[in-house]
Amino acid sequence: MLIKLPCSADPLPSEITALEQFQSRRHFLAQLAAGGLSASALVDAAMANETASRARLAARINPAYTVADKATTIADATSYNNFYEFGLDKGDPMVRAGSLKTKPWTVRIDGEVKKPLTLDIDSLLRLAPIEERLYRLRCVEGWSMVIPWAGYSLAELIRKVEPTGNAKFVEFTTLADPAQMPGLGSRVLPWPYVEGLRIDEAMHPLTLLSLGMYGQVLPNQNGAPVRVIVPWKYGFKSAKSIVRIRFTETQPKTAWNGVAPDEYGFYSNVNPEVSHPRWSQATERRIGEDGFLTRKRKTLMFNGYPEVASLYSGMDLKKFY
Amino acid sequence: MRFAPRQLRWAKWIVFGLSLLPLLRLIALGVQDRLTANPIEFITRDTGDWALYFLCLTLTVTPLRRFMGLNVLVRFRRMLGLFTFFYASLHFLAFIWFDHFFDLAEMMQDIVKRPFIAMGFLAIVLLVPLAMTSNDFMLRKLGRHWSVLHRLIYLIAILALLHFWWMRAGKNNFAEPLVMSAVVAMLLALRLIWLRRDSVRRP
Repeated sequence: MLIKLPCSADPLPSEITALEQFQSRRHFLAQLAAGGLSASALVDAAMANETASRARLAARINPAYTVADKATTIADATSYNNFYEFGLDKGDPMVRAGSLKTKPWTVRIDGEVKKPLTLDIDSLLRLAPIEERLYRLRCVEGWSMVIPWAGYSLAELIRKVEPTGNAKFVEFTTLADPAQMPGLGSRVLPWPYVEGLRIDEAMHPLTLLSLGMYGQVLPNQNGAPVRVIVPWKYGFKSAKSIVRIRFTETQPKTAWNGVAPDEYGFYSNVNPEVSHPRWSQATERRIGEDGFLTRKRKTLMFNGYPEVASLYSGMDLKKFY
Repeated sequence: MRFAPRQLRWAKWIVFGLSLLPLLRLIALGVQDRLTANPIEFITRDTGDWALYFLCLTLTVTPLRRFMGLNVLVRFRRMLGLFTFFYASLHFLAFIWFDHFFDLAEMMQDIVKRPFIAMGFLAIVLLVPLAMTSNDFMLRKLGRHWSVLHRLIYLIAILALLHFWWMRAGKNNFAEPLVMSAVVAMLLALRLIWLRRDSVRRP
């Protein structure tokens, strides 16, 4: 039998867990017990526990990038997520992404660039003025949200590293650490999650490097601490929790495209004319608004961002879906 | 095990009440605004799941009778079958209401174009005659044709599973369809074994 005597070199329990954290955990457990251990009580408790703890992120509203649509509530945007690294259910990321450690965090930017860089989050936050942009988000599954993101055009970062003439594509790699991401045991996708854009898509001013939303730093379940947002493409193209940005000459092997190329194209531009093999993409359900008493709304070409159409002039978008 | 008529009546009410629990849960979650950020999807999936669970329960009655001699269970089979139809109907209603807002032309187009929806649609269509002939009057009237007709449930089980698999195709998330298929495969395999044995016995 192991008898462990406390020795002076051992840390006190209070040094490992700050009092506040300890109390919030107690509170969480108490809520859990009160809720009869039901799954929804777990969700409520997780929601209360983590909205309170996020740092504010000051951002200036950029009126050039807004939409007339009503913003989705933060409660919906943080409780209904596809982030398979934390589980396959939409509610899993909120409940389980607490284990993601977003500090320290570095992003390596390399490949076909003249000035490869490794940046930490503080440098990324200082790289360009943080703007708030209200974007539509359309999931390939047929639902949509409207989210006020905070960040700046990815182009700002790209210009800093000076891509070479060979840089035709940009590849984004998401963290894949089993110690922090309980969903990595699943074989649903190859890990790490990889997404990619053509360089002109990445350079388009709409493409956002996002560090926050709703005036706060990104919640873990939404891809903290840094992700991209490509609002005219289906949501899965917008890689979360990015650790590497690589410039390549050939088209990156992206996650969903590799798993089911007939269902998820490399481009995956929002397009109401091109059906997913198992459902129509002509309409969408706006979370919090459509469905019970109203029809689903019509999906707009390029998700209502016609300014990107010139990127694809001359391309058959039924073939390059 | 045998029940006195009074006990059986009570037992039936208890099974009836238990079978309503999934619906009551949905209502309770709805009242508390806890049906997730996408309540419509939640309702659609949940009722679909329960239709499949009740289908499995219905198919479990005969094996339990055979293996454990629980003949009394057959008294509950009709109710379980009707609850299968009940949850399948709610599932179908969610589809035509929330997905298509009662636009029947649009719904038919969806059925024709998408095999996974077609499988589910076929399953619910085939369930209708079974539900309609589940009363004593029709049972007597159809005689031996009744049991032939009600063998459709095996086909319906397979269609429902195809519907479930296909729905998940492309997302690679097959854990649940796999478990359900294993259960249904076992239940159907038993029927095949009995069929062979019975035909061997009969000269």
